[in-house]
Amino acid sequence: MIDLLGDLLGRATRAGATSADAFVVEEQSFSAQVRLGQVDTVKHAREQHLALRVFVGPSMAAASTSDLSHESVQRLADEAVSLARITSPDPLAGLPDAADLARAIPDLELDDPTGHRLDPEDKIELARRCEAAALEFDPRITNSEGGDFSDRQARYAYATTHGFGGAFRTSSFGLSVSPLASEDGKMQRDGWYHVTRKRARLESPEEIGRIAARRVLRRLGARRVKTVEVPVIFDPDMAASLVRHIAGAASGPALYRGASFLLNRLGQSIAAPSVTIIDDGTVSGALGSRPFDGEGLPVRPTVLVDKGVLSAYLLDTYSGRKLGLPSTHHAARDGSGVGVSTTNLFLAAGVADPADLIGSVKSGLYVTELIGFGVNGVTGDYSRGAVGLWIENGELAYPVEEITVAGNLLDMFQAVEGVGNDLAFRDRTAAPTLLIGRMVVAGT
Amino acid sequence: MLARPERFFEDRFGLTPSVMERLLGSTLAGRVDHADLYLEYRINEELALEEGAVKKASRHVSQGAGVRAQSGERTGYAHTDDISLGNLEEAARQARAIADQSSTSAVVPVGPGRIPHDLYALPEPPIAADLSRKVSLLKQVDAAARAMDPRVRQVIATLGSEELVVLIATPSGWTVGDVRPLTRLNVTVIAEDGGKREIGGYGGGGRVQFDFFFEEDRWRRFTAEAVRQATLKLAAREAPAGNLTVVLGPGWPGILLHEAVGHGLEGDFNRKGTSAFSGRLGQQVASELVTVVDDGTIENRRGSLNVDDEGVPTGRNVLIENGILRSYMQDRLNARLMGMQPTGNGRRESFAHPPMPRMTNTFMLAGQDDPEEIIRGVQRGLYAVNFGGGQVDITSGKFVFSASEAYLIEEGRVTAPVKGATLIGNGPEALTRVSRVGRDLKLDEGVGTCGKDGQSVPVGVGLPTIRIDGMTVGGTQV
Repeated sequence: MIDLLGDLLGRATRAGATSADAFVVEEQSFSAQVRLGQVDTVKHAREQHLALRVFVGPSMAAASTSDLSHESVQRLADEAVSLARITSPDPLAGLPDAADLARAIPDLELDDPTGHRLDPEDKIELARRCEAAALEFDPRITNSEGGDFSDRQARYAYATTHGFGGAFRTSSFGLSVSPLASEDGKMQRDGWYHVTRKRARLESPEEIGRIAARRVLRRLGARRVKTVEVPVIFDPDMAASLVRHIAGAASGPALYRGASFLLNRLGQSIAAPSVTIIDDGTVSGALGSRPFDGEGLPVRPTVLVDKGVLSAYLLDTYSGRKLGLPSTHHAARDGSGVGVSTTNLFLAAGVADPADLIGSVKSGLYVTELIGFGVNGVTGDYSRGAVGLWIENGELAYPVEEITVAGNLLDMFQAVEGVGNDLAFRDRTAAPTLLIGRMVVAGT
Repeated sequence: MLARPERFFEDRFGLTPSVMERLLGSTLAGRVDHADLYLEYRINEELALEEGAVKKASRHVSQGAGVRAQSGERTGYAHTDDISLGNLEEAARQARAIADQSSTSAVVPVGPGRIPHDLYALPEPPIAADLSRKVSLLKQVDAAARAMDPRVRQVIATLGSEELVVLIATPSGWTVGDVRPLTRLNVTVIAEDGGKREIGGYGGGGRVQFDFFFEEDRWRRFTAEAVRQATLKLAAREAPAGNLTVVLGPGWPGILLHEAVGHGLEGDFNRKGTSAFSGRLGQQVASELVTVVDDGTIENRRGSLNVDDEGVPTGRNVLIENGILRSYMQDRLNARLMGMQPTGNGRRESFAHPPMPRMTNTFMLAGQDDPEEIIRGVQRGLYAVNFGGGQVDITSGKFVFSASEAYLIEEGRVTAPVKGATLIGNGPEALTRVSRVGRDLKLDEGVGTCGKDGQSVPVGVGLPTIRIDGMTVGGTQV
């Protein structure tokens, strides 16, 4: 793969590029869905993608293709260079300094070659067991959107004209199920999942199925509530969605465009002192880890929010130069160029037992699902549809739905009154249970 | 770009009709209920302007094939982006493996049926238009936006152009192809006043040529709208929270239909009984003022298709007629299993995905009322005219859509602009509270993208001005 990239970069240089970088991804994936015990859909896939970014002096352009033939690779180089002739020169555009490139490529245990050696029938069986555990859990669970098993293995390589070349492999394995429960003619759906880089670490299908069953059952009989301003507790997955909004606003491209509510707030308090947010791409075996970023820079931990104070932005080389700061090695690639992405992003665990957080609320909302796109990244204004449980006198009393939660992300993070001790790395972004002192819940 | 997809794939990959027939026939025939081969070639170009300069230009080519075999409720799907006979044979074997235990004996022959439409033949497809003209359009947008209001701080303008060639082949030797152009101009503006910043966005496009943006000065109107929205929001006050009478403006607020009823009427969810609308055909699900159609046959629209991704010509399908649920949107699989006809709604994001029932252009037919009179009749309420995205839980029926431009209605008059807020409702109930339908049906400008199960496809929506007697508005003003 590195040879292919070397060949492409050579062609780009001969076509007129003054510098360039390129990456290639090859992946193979499989997924099986079982619904009501029967195989529903099985998918096999093989994909490849070759992407090139060129600089002709200070002008930049990108091109990509899924066709790796010689003819196509030459066309890719020619097209990228000719596109660069129509873009405006930008003196800050360019590759990172060669001195900053990763020198070694750490083995972060991101792949599991033997894990993929499993017959399709056995993979289907995992999905079947996962769904069966949910369906058998309770007679009110009457239907299902299916149990799913998927696995994917990929090879990624990246190279630049100024000397970087690196490659790594990744694996992932996922199991999920979405059961439906019904009562009094009303249906509810919920689900649970687990994703890992090592198949042996996948939770048992029965455990995933039972958790999904408990989640859907607790939604039965959901009511609406009156519009009111109350404390709101976000469960760990929903709290993680709040952390993603902070990372989005702290990302370099949003900042230099002035499209962020965190603009000019570096060094300022943006959250309660109990809030610390860290991004760390070096965690062995973790879903968001990578040995180098999308520009070949070494990955390292970044403290984004330190005890409530915004202590870093998330930057690639270009957005860093725009802001007069060094890259934080968060470059991410797609076929159109370079952006910013987090790796393993988390809000650090606090000391509170989640049950005590619920116990501290006289009347309030415990959020278990959020829908919609009502987040304004420029102002931080927040308004989303919610599903959850109503808290009465410190107890989860009854399920609620068809309500919204609204506030402003800056106010919400300042109003964090409790951080749970239940941080678990189930996904690339993680958070413990969070108690926010006051938000508006709209209902009837 | 070649006008004939059959020749395109034959010339490029040597896939003659007889090769495809042999591939599907020898590996699949006699064992499955349905099988097809889908070939795709896509060129995509994106230009992006920010800070007054076109800094990003990119071009992507992707090609691939998907082979599908179905037996009963089972689907086997395999895809590859290396289109060679050997790879396709391997994909066919993988797809078949899953469907091998078919109880039936033969492939149901799929005939051409209705003739494909011809909705977007263009003298010059947008992908072929001169790059320098595209660059200068983006620069015009930037200059115009900055000249319109001194509070404009940032202009981000993007122009995307695409050409997609597809070919669908079945074992009976029948093939159908389509060449689909698509383009979209988006303008995002950030305005600042006294340390306060806001964002506004607008855009449009369709299966049209590049000159579309110059007709009727569209590019200038899109730009002016983005500027107007950003600057208007600088003065917006807190949105109200709670149950309110809501008046939706015409056009893009049709996203209400897409979320409240559209997804819930897709055949797969109803075949599986997972939709809040399952088993409700013939029942009243909306006020009798409400007729909703999904129409993939409107010329040059973003959501239109000559044939769907299973080769079925699109149609004008009445989903709800005078409040009564009339039909679901179907692909071949779900139509067959439900004993219904395919409706031309089998769509996929690309060769990497099997098709499923999806919307095309979904809108409510015009009514009798004067839009201004609809507003005059409201004592206190919310007038929402522009929206961001929406989402629905098809099982519980709960849906949201987020207003990006809305005003208070006080004593029959539109008054103060309010901040963005999410509106939430229950699909099977929300449209029963529609009490006024305006005569001003408008389709959106051509920017919609719908996501389902990880697949994105271009769609359209439309709505006349309507009044809904009671919906939950997720503001912060209690």
